Amino acid sequence: MSEVLLAPRSLWSLSLHDAKVRGVLYQVLLAGSLLALVVSIAIQTASNMRARGIPLSFGFWNETAGFDINQTLIPYDTLSTYGQAFWVGVVNTLYVSLLGIVLATLLGFVVGIARLSPNWIVAKVAASYVEVIRNVPLLLQLLFWYNAVLKPLPTPRASIELPGGIYLNNRGLIIPEIQLHEGAGSVGLAFLAGTMLCFAYRFHARRVQDRTGKQLPVLRVSLAALIGLPLIVFFLVGSPVSFVTPELRGFNFRGGHQLYPEFAALLIGLSAYTASFIAEIVRSGIQAVPKGQTEAAHALGLAPGKTLRLVTVPQALRIIIPPLTSQYLNLTKNSSLAVFIGYPDLVQIFAGTVLNQTGAAVQVMAITLSVYLAISLVTSMVMNAFNRRFAIVER
Amino acid sequence: MSGHSLHSPLANSSLLPPTAPPWRIRRSPAAWMRKNLFSTPFSGVLTICFTALAAWLLYQLLSFAVFDAVWTGGQEECRANPDGACWPFIVEKFDYLRYGAYPVAERWRVDLTLIIGAVLIVWLLWKRAPQRNVAALLFFIAYPVVAFVLLRGVASLNLPVIDTVLWGGLLITLLMSVVGIVFSLPIGVLLALGRRSELPLVRAVCVIFIEVVRGVPFITVLFMANFMMPLFVPDYLTPDRLLRPLIAIALFSSAYMAEVVRAGLQAIPKGQYEAAKALGLSYFTIMRLIILPQALTIVIPGIVSTFIGLFKDTTLVAIVGIADFLRAVETARVDPNWAGPTISSTGYLFAGLVYWIFCFGMSRYSQAMEREFARGHKS
Repeated sequence: MSEVLLAPRSLWSLSLHDAKVRGVLYQVLLAGSLLALVVSIAIQTASNMRARGIPLSFGFWNETAGFDINQTLIPYDTLSTYGQAFWVGVVNTLYVSLLGIVLATLLGFVVGIARLSPNWIVAKVAASYVEVIRNVPLLLQLLFWYNAVLKPLPTPRASIELPGGIYLNNRGLIIPEIQLHEGAGSVGLAFLAGTMLCFAYRFHARRVQDRTGKQLPVLRVSLAALIGLPLIVFFLVGSPVSFVTPELRGFNFRGGHQLYPEFAALLIGLSAYTASFIAEIVRSGIQAVPKGQTEAAHALGLAPGKTLRLVTVPQALRIIIPPLTSQYLNLTKNSSLAVFIGYPDLVQIFAGTVLNQTGAAVQVMAITLSVYLAISLVTSMVMNAFNRRFAIVER
Repeated sequence: MSGHSLHSPLANSSLLPPTAPPWRIRRSPAAWMRKNLFSTPFSGVLTICFTALAAWLLYQLLSFAVFDAVWTGGQEECRANPDGACWPFIVEKFDYLRYGAYPVAERWRVDLTLIIGAVLIVWLLWKRAPQRNVAALLFFIAYPVVAFVLLRGVASLNLPVIDTVLWGGLLITLLMSVVGIVFSLPIGVLLALGRRSELPLVRAVCVIFIEVVRGVPFITVLFMANFMMPLFVPDYLTPDRLLRPLIAIALFSSAYMAEVVRAGLQAIPKGQYEAAKALGLSYFTIMRLIILPQALTIVIPGIVSTFIGLFKDTTLVAIVGIADFLRAVETARVDPNWAGPTISSTGYLFAGLVYWIFCFGMSRYSQAMEREFARGHKS
């Protein structure tokens, strides 16, 4: 009868040869040094700021800003506060990012699909676009659009006149302003009703298909409800929309809606740059769907359009969505390059002008970083939810 | 019977004349065009449209950069020509674009640093070169020291100290990229290991660092480094104005590098960890000898594409007053002596070409590596 004798393990025989003990030790060391670093930085920062007369509070938030911003979507003037300037920056950043995301997605999908075209020249042109745009810094592209393309345009008096009362000059693109008259609201209501009708019909069509296998023409009915219904109401109430064409008065245009060159350059640059990355994502996503899937769908008698819509695209999307999300976030972060060409985004207004005027570097930077972090977090959450809907349901 | 049928008038004993293969598998240019350019009417229309577009773009580019360009002469010739590029402008500004205001007599030091760097990088990347680990050691440890001594100068070595205010141009761009590469890889590896660590506190610190840095734009990180770093430390420790963006770029790209390395660590089968542990190796030995060599090799394409992003991001340092290559182009472009109509376009075209050559070269290298791995795994 053999008995292995083990040394009695007491609670107190802690040894550095025990991995758990070492783990705890490492973490205590890490926590200690981090804490020491943070505390010393905090003390040093507070004393440095006091020595330089920099405010330590957020009191500047409600002070009058005193500078003007030429492009705002929300009310703002020189008498507004720094807090209001902050919100102008946030809204402008979101505005250019959202428009950029829409344009970049459209262009990116077109270029990505074109790269897979069986037509040799189409594929080569798309590939050249991607290779050229992707390998040149975004800042260089923005500067090119702004300084070499949009700025040398003629002055307002010598504007290039485009059809439809649109003028192009070095102050931007001036387009007719849309004016809504009485009854315009009913067109909007009709559109809303059309949208609801679409959803109802789709629900109905799905139930009919589940029950009988019969397919109803969802697309045609939806289009009729979405476009036809508002159009009928539009003419019934007597075209309640008119356009105010811009007019040249003195050195500038009156009336009409102005698209500033800073905004246009940023939008073009961001969309074109991000589209080249999205194109690569779309291409690899579609290529990753096995060919057998398409062949099997064809063997089942699905038409090419349906094969694409019901078999290839859902599987490709599953691969495309996660990297696409990070491209959307990149575009939003890259919109901060606005500061180089003078579009008033969050960084330009808040981390630029407000920081310089108030000197409150720590507070301003903390707020700016939190905004970008919040945007990242919300976008990831939305796209993750979207992704979950498309993800493979495994047993 | 068989003999009869052979001579039957119905049997044709002569061979059939060869016919051309169907056009789909023919090799002639006409067949190729029919298959790849005009397979359907729609495809034919696309071919015509896109050929016209490509030809027009190419013609515009060539006529601007070559046919209508000013090749010889000076400011007057450029001012008189509104259609083409002004290459004498680039020739005159070439030294400024490369060195910034670095003293002319000391520029050999910049050249020497770049040559040493280029040799080490080729040694490191060329697959058949001997002793590549020595190259890695030299590049990641010795080279930064040598570069610092050469570029900044040490008075006791008879190399006058050059203030960083004078540095500029391509020198700054390459310096930023190399510093980013040299520091982001090791820090990124540490962060990736920390993120996969079993110690909750280590993991939390690494996750927070990586996610926060990846969630904010590089410009804000540069702003932080520039405005807040001087507040964080006592006055006598305030980092040099060039050092602040260097720290920012190293930390920023290390967060991205960490995610690339993490992907590689996750791709290593669990059996590798377990086998190494069963052999009684310690954590650091396992990582150094078993896991990291495999993980880093898998993610070389990802590492290279992070470097490409880093290289393009160096353009943003202009926001904190560092005269990098693009900033030098901007400064040269607004020189009143060269106020020609095409100066801006020429400058941007040249800058675009320089950046494109670097980035495209790197991406081609990474694609070649990818193909190599694909071959290796298939065998």
